[in-house]
Amino acid sequence: MDREIRLTVDGEPRTVTVDVRTTLLDALRERLDVVAPKKGCDHGQCGSCTVLLDGRRHLTCLKLAVSADGAEVVTADGLAADGTLHPVQEAFLAHDAYQCGYCTPGQVCSAVGLLTESAGEDLSDDDIREQMSGNLCRCGAYRGILAAVRQAAREVRR
Amino acid sequence: MTDRVEHPTQPVAPAAMGTPLRRVDGLEKVTGRARYTVEHSGGPEVPGDPLHLWLVTSTVARGRVRRIDADDALAHDGVVAVLDHTSAPRLAETENGELAILQDDRIRFRGQIVALVLAETSESAREGARLVRVDQVEEPHRAEFRDADATDRPAEVNGGMETDTDDGDVEAGLAEAAIRIERTYRTAHEHNNPLEPHATVAWWDEADGRARLTMFDSTQGVHATAATLAPMLGLEPDQVRVRAPYVGGGFGSKGEAHAPVMAVCLAARTTGGRAVRLAVTRQQMFALTGYRTATTSHLRLGARADGTLLAIEHRALSQTSRVREFAEQTAVPSRMMYAAPHRRTTHRLARLDVAVPSWMRAPGEMPGMHAQEVALDELAVACGVDPVDLRVRNEPAVDPENGKPWGDRRLVECLERGAEAFGWAERPAEPGTVVDGEWWVGTGVASATYPASLAAGNAARVTALDGGRYAVAIGAVDIGTGARTVLTQIAADALGCAPDVIDLAIADSTLPVATVAGGSTGISSWGTAIVAAAQLFRADHGEHPDPGVATTASAAADPARAEYAHHSFGAVFAETRVHRYTGEVRVTRLHGTYAVGRVLNPATAHSQLVGGLVMGLSAALLEEGHRDPRFGHTVTQDLATYHVATHADVLDVDAAWLADPDLVASPMGSRGIGEIGIVGTSAAIANAVFHATGVRVRSIPITPDLLVR
Repeated sequence: MDREIRLTVDGEPRTVTVDVRTTLLDALRERLDVVAPKKGCDHGQCGSCTVLLDGRRHLTCLKLAVSADGAEVVTADGLAADGTLHPVQEAFLAHDAYQCGYCTPGQVCSAVGLLTESAGEDLSDDDIREQMSGNLCRCGAYRGILAAVRQAAREVRR
Repeated sequence: MTDRVEHPTQPVAPAAMGTPLRRVDGLEKVTGRARYTVEHSGGPEVPGDPLHLWLVTSTVARGRVRRIDADDALAHDGVVAVLDHTSAPRLAETENGELAILQDDRIRFRGQIVALVLAETSESAREGARLVRVDQVEEPHRAEFRDADATDRPAEVNGGMETDTDDGDVEAGLAEAAIRIERTYRTAHEHNNPLEPHATVAWWDEADGRARLTMFDSTQGVHATAATLAPMLGLEPDQVRVRAPYVGGGFGSKGEAHAPVMAVCLAARTTGGRAVRLAVTRQQMFALTGYRTATTSHLRLGARADGTLLAIEHRALSQTSRVREFAEQTAVPSRMMYAAPHRRTTHRLARLDVAVPSWMRAPGEMPGMHAQEVALDELAVACGVDPVDLRVRNEPAVDPENGKPWGDRRLVECLERGAEAFGWAERPAEPGTVVDGEWWVGTGVASATYPASLAAGNAARVTALDGGRYAVAIGAVDIGTGARTVLTQIAADALGCAPDVIDLAIADSTLPVATVAGGSTGISSWGTAIVAAAQLFRADHGEHPDPGVATTASAAADPARAEYAHHSFGAVFAETRVHRYTGEVRVTRLHGTYAVGRVLNPATAHSQLVGGLVMGLSAALLEEGHRDPRFGHTVTQDLATYHVATHADVLDVDAAWLADPDLVASPMGSRGIGEIGIVGTSAAIANAVFHATGVRVRSIPITPDLLVR
């Protein structure tokens, strides 16, 4: 059974026909060719598919596309849509906070979501570690990710 | 491909090499614009709209398929075709039992591919696969790795190394010893689990009247994949084109082609030219994409009262699959690590009805050094000698295995510098003496080693472009190591120009031949070929070449290299806190110091070494693929039940290195760094847990239940 839904993806209004079984992740990747959100597990266990959904970090593999009708999706690509990298992305580059890059768009979105949630509160290293633990990195780049989020948190607060 | 010649290399003076150049593909990665394998399906390079493939797998460990009933599946909206062993295309060669899928009715392990569903959407393909009814005949199976069944002696072990070695007289050495350690150590089944699932998108067409197969594949070696698949499909290697521009990790599991890529090739043969895409599910990866077998190591050490070793015996057991043999070379590092006049190593296999084990980061060295380095810690305790000092006392002057001088061993320097940086000297000798609130605190050390090999069979092409730019091409693959960046630095220095005038092309089997990103050989071997091509290019075309001139070359073997034993070494120090009431283990500090030759890019190298340490921590405390021998499957087949280190598990992890170049190892002065970080790490942590608690755990992962008494 198919349904037509409307999304705003990285600032662009999009209309897409999906199967009622289609996850938001598959709608983005397979039907809209929006490939910044990655599929690592399809079960909400790895965090690679994280986007900002109506401003909050969200696992798109655990959401049916039909339930996202009308939603605003921002992916890692959209965070740099105006040609300028988000401070989190700049910090990831500066700290080599990635290797293979597959978890990276999800890490970036998760970090941006975390900075919004903390809303200017000080984040300790343990806070960042705990609150970024929904995003697995098999390359083991956590040390760089911690440094990047710490730096971005400072910059966003300024 | 142009003719290529062999050219001897000269050492390259560093300018870009040694600087922390930011990854040249960093922007694509942090924005998610980098396209990984299946993501090309919607891009300009893949023709049309690919069909989605879903794998149907066996639910018994041994038996045969009586019938595949696809009626319901085919009736489902969107399902296009179902293939099984009666309808799949025939292969020209079937010697590789892992890849020879759908050629007969035999079921050889649980999770084996028994049918393929092709559909217009992934939802239809998945539902179609659920609707396929597999009528299986079950036969008695053996799927439990038991020491008593590991009696099979392989002809060789992974890497083409000898199965058994026997030097001196181990029994005499043990008889003479004042102190003997005789213990058994175990490591768990571990699964590589790169974050990008194994994936392929492939299509068939014709070129010059011959069949042609083109694919994007998530692989560590584009040429190796083409060379493996072509003869099985009845093709010449140049009829298969493999590209892998971005690969989301591999850690060995994408080093050799596994069954899913063949499934795509066979399915795409039947679609009249329409492309087929497949991303293996996380669950299916546990049976279909390789894993590190569990290992058992029986260690016997004999030493004088002062800790100097007289005898080392390492008998290693592991499992393999009846489908295809893989022999983890667990005891190999015990042949060269320490001085002992009497040494014996053996490898035996249990041949079972199980999924096919394969490479996982530092096969052999990782489980073997875990066993040896925990045994050495037990010896240190028994002798009353400091564990760092014990290793120094057993430092061999030459490689014990072949008598060659060390190229650049420097283990003692790593131990001493690492100990200094870690504050090892403040450690109390007695275990179980430091308590901080509810936590026992302890420290441990282990050595690390990994071979520094150069892989033969690499070539590179240098072409002059307009405006002083150069195109440099080699079929290497960057699986996250930083190869795309570091090869650019090497090419720049070999040509004597800046990195930003190099246009590097990799990851395509139509480029000059390159070996697999594996065995820590990638940068060294590909870089050496680039140096050969660049130096010959300059000799032939000078400093101001006409645009369009090109040179393709391989490096001639350096005879000086064969005179030395080439290995990298390191020392890992760990601090653990063990909760007194729950047994929870936290690794509060984990520091590695390495002798790896010149570090070509300190930023990417640090990430590689730290990444190895993190994976070692993960193995030490978390990773275990639980098998159910009644059914032959992996029970923990997802990332909720197969635990890997998360951000919260990783505290202070750091890596340092000795800076000097090793110009015998490679003209860049570098050696490989992809694997050594995982070696010895779990042993250092296990030794730190002992020091914290006085409890000696001889298996990994070290879970809380093993510590709470």
